[in-house]
Amino acid sequence: MVGCALFRRFCLGGLKTVLLERGADILSGASKGNSAMLHTGFDAPPGSLEHACIQAGHAEYLAVRESLGLPLLETGGLMVAWSEEELARLPAVVAQAHRNGVLDVVQVGAEEVRRREPNLAPNALGGVSVPLEHIIDPWSAPLAYALQAMAHGGEVRRGCEVNGGDFADGQWRLATSQGPLAARIVVNAAGLQGDLVEAIARASPFAIRPRKGQFVVFDKPAARLITASIMPVPSERTKGVMVARTIFGNLLVGPTAEDQDDRAHATLDQGQLEALIARGQRMLPALAGESVNAAYAGLRPATDSKDYIVEAVAEANWITAAGIRSTGLTGALGIARHAAALYERHFGRLEEAPSPARISMPNLAEHLPRPCLAAGYGEMVCHCELVTRTEIEQALGGPLPARDVGGLKRRTRAMMGRCQGFYCSARIAALAKGRLVGLSTESLP
Amino acid sequence: MSHHDVVILGAGPAGLAAATRLAALGIKDLVVLDRESEPGGVPRHCGHVAFGLREFHRPMSGPAYARRLAEAAAGIDIRTRMTVTAIEPGGRVHVVHPDSGPATLSGRAVLLAFGVRETPRSTQLVSGDRPVGVTTTGALQQFVYLSRIRPFRRAVVVGSELVAFSALLTLRHGGIEAAAMIEEGPRITARRPADWVARLALGVPVLTGTKLLAIRGLDRVEAVEIERDGRRQAIACDGVVFTGRFRPETAILAGSHLEIDRGSGGPAIDQHWRCSDPAFFAAGNLLHPVETAGVAWAEGRAAADAIAAFLAGTLPPAASTLAVKATAPLKYIYPQRLSLPAAAISPLLFKLRTARAAKGNLRLVADGRLLWRRRMTILPERRLSLPLSRIPRADVSSLSVEFEEI
Repeated sequence: MVGCALFRRFCLGGLKTVLLERGADILSGASKGNSAMLHTGFDAPPGSLEHACIQAGHAEYLAVRESLGLPLLETGGLMVAWSEEELARLPAVVAQAHRNGVLDVVQVGAEEVRRREPNLAPNALGGVSVPLEHIIDPWSAPLAYALQAMAHGGEVRRGCEVNGGDFADGQWRLATSQGPLAARIVVNAAGLQGDLVEAIARASPFAIRPRKGQFVVFDKPAARLITASIMPVPSERTKGVMVARTIFGNLLVGPTAEDQDDRAHATLDQGQLEALIARGQRMLPALAGESVNAAYAGLRPATDSKDYIVEAVAEANWITAAGIRSTGLTGALGIARHAAALYERHFGRLEEAPSPARISMPNLAEHLPRPCLAAGYGEMVCHCELVTRTEIEQALGGPLPARDVGGLKRRTRAMMGRCQGFYCSARIAALAKGRLVGLSTESLP
Repeated sequence: MSHHDVVILGAGPAGLAAATRLAALGIKDLVVLDRESEPGGVPRHCGHVAFGLREFHRPMSGPAYARRLAEAAAGIDIRTRMTVTAIEPGGRVHVVHPDSGPATLSGRAVLLAFGVRETPRSTQLVSGDRPVGVTTTGALQQFVYLSRIRPFRRAVVVGSELVAFSALLTLRHGGIEAAAMIEEGPRITARRPADWVARLALGVPVLTGTKLLAIRGLDRVEAVEIERDGRRQAIACDGVVFTGRFRPETAILAGSHLEIDRGSGGPAIDQHWRCSDPAFFAAGNLLHPVETAGVAWAEGRAAADAIAAFLAGTLPPAASTLAVKATAPLKYIYPQRLSLPAAAISPLLFKLRTARAAKGNLRLVADGRLLWRRRMTILPERRLSLPLSRIPRADVSSLSVEFEEI
């Protein structure tokens, strides 16, 4: 996410930029599992870099989304207090939002909460309305950033792991799994591997401590139960469990917040998932009658620092963007702007491209017309998510084709619906033949 | 918008049987829509010989049976590659087609025959990683029989309903080793001697009393972890096949105006196969996860008779209804309501399923009065039926089916 935004920013700034990704496809680390919110930053620590990046990112997303073909589901957010103790904290939440410049945030009474969200459990005591806390497509956005960067000369190398590097005479020589690579400036946006990559340039001042977030995705009919994203009153440790719609038309409950050492496995835990569902049902009793489509887990690259770490190591021609946690989807564009400013302060000028290339992402949002509504789509491949053969083929082609099953799912929604590939996975394997890592397309003898 | 007497959604055994019957009854303005490129439904990709005894009086493979159903429906307007995107009150159906784009049809009567699908891993909240190589029987059959692809080399089959044994046969056909079949319950769900067939004929270990704890593997499946006799152990495999736990394919219905029965997961119907909107009828596995193709076929025919009566104006109106409740451990009953007067229903049965095994009395109770009971042992995924003709009067105000455990 952050890497794609940085890639875009530096390509638009006229630098010859290459994006290295160790996974088979982009977005295969921390970025694949997030809550898809476009945050306002109302609850960010005042004066923090995170706050500045979220606000800049929110503004830039709204400014550029149409030229990138990216959707927006304007839901707003509603923080709901379920106890007297939580209710007592609401005025401080509003005060902090105002201090953060999010001036349309207001406290609302129990009556107003019920009027806005009649399906919530009756014990909601009050809430805070955050009108501009919206929902976006968490994967089309960074993909569009990368595609725009490529249109401005950027290069993407996937399956390319950085193993080490030497800095001498103002030049980096990186050792990668695809051979050496020379660069003037290195930007570390390695997410879950951030501290390991940082150690190439210096003793890492931060340690990544993965924090796992599990989510439960309900089938589309459940999305009718709420209008706004229902947020909990946050505690010290985490923003807590929320209930939100997704841009794809589902309803999401999550995340959990579980610290772990493992950087690779984001495993599901049945007990935790059942607890999430129970938690969701306590907030939204009608969820009890709705079916679950999927469950997923993501790892957030947390550090000891409460804030993002975005800084330049001037003497090493190095820029770090690390510790970007759950707000990274919104913050990414702001982080990229901040990193570009650091570049200009330490390393040279950027010449902003006068007319950035327009990108048109295929629409995956449920509230906008899907490609299957136009005749000539070839074949309906995934019936649950209405994904056509044309879309599958587009995702398997173009400048940044899907390289694994996850990448295809993120680009098209195929196999992400209620049947989870019962109907279409064999057909997709046949269409993808040989083009997706990990998917066996071995012919029968 | 094009108007028709009857629009049938789904060209599987139920939909094709209904179409064939309606045509035989002289209904000419009849359209059948299906999302696949050929009619026939799920049997198209079931290679083993388990079809056709009821309908054609001889055992047939799934594809042969599907072809036979389609031949019987020759001359009927069957439109394939049609995706239904929504239904609306009064028999309106919205579709898309790859070549012609969106369209709307309406039927004086619409028969819903979408069938079922299996419950995938994710809905069952199984712990562990989410690697490639986790699938369902239906998807496995499509890999092996339609796409002719071997998705993995060594698989663990989860569940022991009849379809799990069909998964074993599919694995064998695809040259895939079956590492084990695991079942959480103390015995297999399908009837004996299916497990002996699995053990002796196919050489597959059938592990009952075995819980699936987690799936392991970063990119591809590497193993499953199970608990057996209180011990945790791993089975190395590169594929996992989740079988059964069928659920009605109600994608289109879930957001619609039609009443869905929480027990069966399908649309609630009366004894005339009629949904809560009387322009819509339903038949086949959409009503009941899960029955054989033969049962779906028979229901399609019966629903066709009701639809023909409806078109002729001789079907009793749905004005006054009596809800029929099934209580735990019973999972569901259908029809879920009777349109009154109930005199015309005597040849039909209530059909029901239990959520778990139990011994005791199955009881039919009307307004608190016991009408009928029978002592029996009930098992999950087995047919249970109860004769409707036992209802003596049409003036009862509540009707429930209970199971008294002894």
